[in-house]
Amino acid sequence: MKVSQISVFIENKSGRLADVTRTLADNSINIRALSIADTIDYGLLRMIVNDPVAAKSALSKAGFTVALTEVLAIEVPDRPGGLAGIIDILARSGINIEYMYAFVGTSGENAIVVFRIEKTDEAITILQTKDVRILTGDELHSL
Amino acid sequence: MYYWDKETECMDRARLRTLQSERLANTVKHAYTNVPAYKRKLDEAGLSPNDIKGLDDLEKIPFTVKNDFRDNYPFGMFAVPMDQIVRIHASSGTTGKSTVVGYTRADVDTWAELMARTLGAGGTTKGDIVHNAYGYGLFTGGLGAHYGAEKIGASVIPMSGGNTKRQLQIMQDFGSTVLCCTPSYALLLGESAAEAGMDLRKSALRVAFLGAEPWTESMRREIEELLGIDALDIYGLSEVIGPGVSYECMDKHGLHINEDHFIAEIINPDTGEVLPPGSIGELVFTSLTKEALPLLRYRTRDITFIDDSQCPCGRSSVRMHRVMGRSDDMLIIRGVNVFPSQIESVLIDIEGTEPHYLIVVDREHGKMDEMEVWVEVSPDLVSDEVRALESLERRIARELHSVLGITVKVKLVEPKTIARSEGKSKRVIDRRDLNQ
Repeated sequence: MKVSQISVFIENKSGRLADVTRTLADNSINIRALSIADTIDYGLLRMIVNDPVAAKSALSKAGFTVALTEVLAIEVPDRPGGLAGIIDILARSGINIEYMYAFVGTSGENAIVVFRIEKTDEAITILQTKDVRILTGDELHSL
Repeated sequence: MYYWDKETECMDRARLRTLQSERLANTVKHAYTNVPAYKRKLDEAGLSPNDIKGLDDLEKIPFTVKNDFRDNYPFGMFAVPMDQIVRIHASSGTTGKSTVVGYTRADVDTWAELMARTLGAGGTTKGDIVHNAYGYGLFTGGLGAHYGAEKIGASVIPMSGGNTKRQLQIMQDFGSTVLCCTPSYALLLGESAAEAGMDLRKSALRVAFLGAEPWTESMRREIEELLGIDALDIYGLSEVIGPGVSYECMDKHGLHINEDHFIAEIINPDTGEVLPPGSIGELVFTSLTKEALPLLRYRTRDITFIDDSQCPCGRSSVRMHRVMGRSDDMLIIRGVNVFPSQIESVLIDIEGTEPHYLIVVDREHGKMDEMEVWVEVSPDLVSDEVRALESLERRIARELHSVLGITVKVKLVEPKTIARSEGKSKRVIDRRDLNQ
């Protein structure tokens, strides 16, 4: 149910983001979703890619600091209130969201949103009882 | 020209030499008898205290270094029992342990006398209001200047550092005539006053005694211009006594060394060879009158030269040029001594950081020194959450603050981005312009 996300520590220097994307391109790795959290001095680039293990190894080899984290890719109804419904479920269960970002591409009629949640396993159980669809890594990559 | 004790300060040099010789012989005996570390050093050099009869024997004495203080931490260098110690101060050591110094009642009196000479050389009298913005505490600056000013009979305002707005308010309301602080703080006071629409040139302020950090002639001109005062350089280090080791007269050409209390030598820092006047090298001090902490040929690591020509002011003492640099890697930030090794010891204890770091020191115009420590993050540390990294930065900054006593900005950088050089890596980028 969980999907591997890659996080890369990038100093705020011109050309650093380009170095990351170029390294991934050279290794034929496809980026499916990304977000950047930034501070004054550095940023954290978070990505869902088609092959996280290969991406981590390529980026580490290129000198980047990379971490793998488990996140959830959740199908969200593509209509007003779709996202609100999901977040309400989590809020009512007292589960905090660390961060989230949207996915490039859709699954059928629905959008996909990546969630980083503190109690991932608990969240999976609760979301499944509410018939929320959580995508696996394989499903994501075959979209 | 102004003097506090003209007779002593202008003492005939032949008489001074005789006095130094007598005092040196006594100091060596005192140190040998009462400090095991000195006994060991002299024994190892095959010297008995009786071999040191006068100045000509000085060169035979082995050097003392900062690490001798570390090895005998905290009170092992003291030559009197603790019931005779009335004051303890401390400054940074090269590692976790500070350099601890002690004073007997007579030492405190000597120190006050020397600071009275220092302040007196700029014309301070009992009619003055002395605004003392050196830090009070373990640092010798605050209490050193305080006791000297009290000895003169001036009215001392024990401001200590910080809270610039309040400093300016009090300076204006109380009519401060004499300022004691670091040169960069004097500049900051001047700039802040100007920003607040206050013209210090029109204030009662007349003279400033600035020290505890390196500065330049161009900074002097700027401070004198901005504050409308005479800015005099003062020098000292806690191991020797604190401020009051040497001081400028109104001629402003080098700092008069209080030679009746300290012998100064300049050595080649690599070979230890004593160099003649005028040669640039490392400054070495031997104390002549101190009871609690006699000091034999202490290597200050400060680089300068000695001018033995007669000063127009009439004082007979030799003058040292303002400190030109260091023969070790010590930095002075806002008057606080910082060794890169202290930073390293903090980082080693924090998991998630690499022992690769870079210290960047800067002094923006009219501002105080800023120190940034760049730290490489290790791969196992990088999280996907910004707040985890921010909390790591805060933790490093907090621990550095507790060890160094100054606020440091921590910046996390990518691994392998700090240059590795062969052998000793380049740990410090000092952007301050400290050589005019």
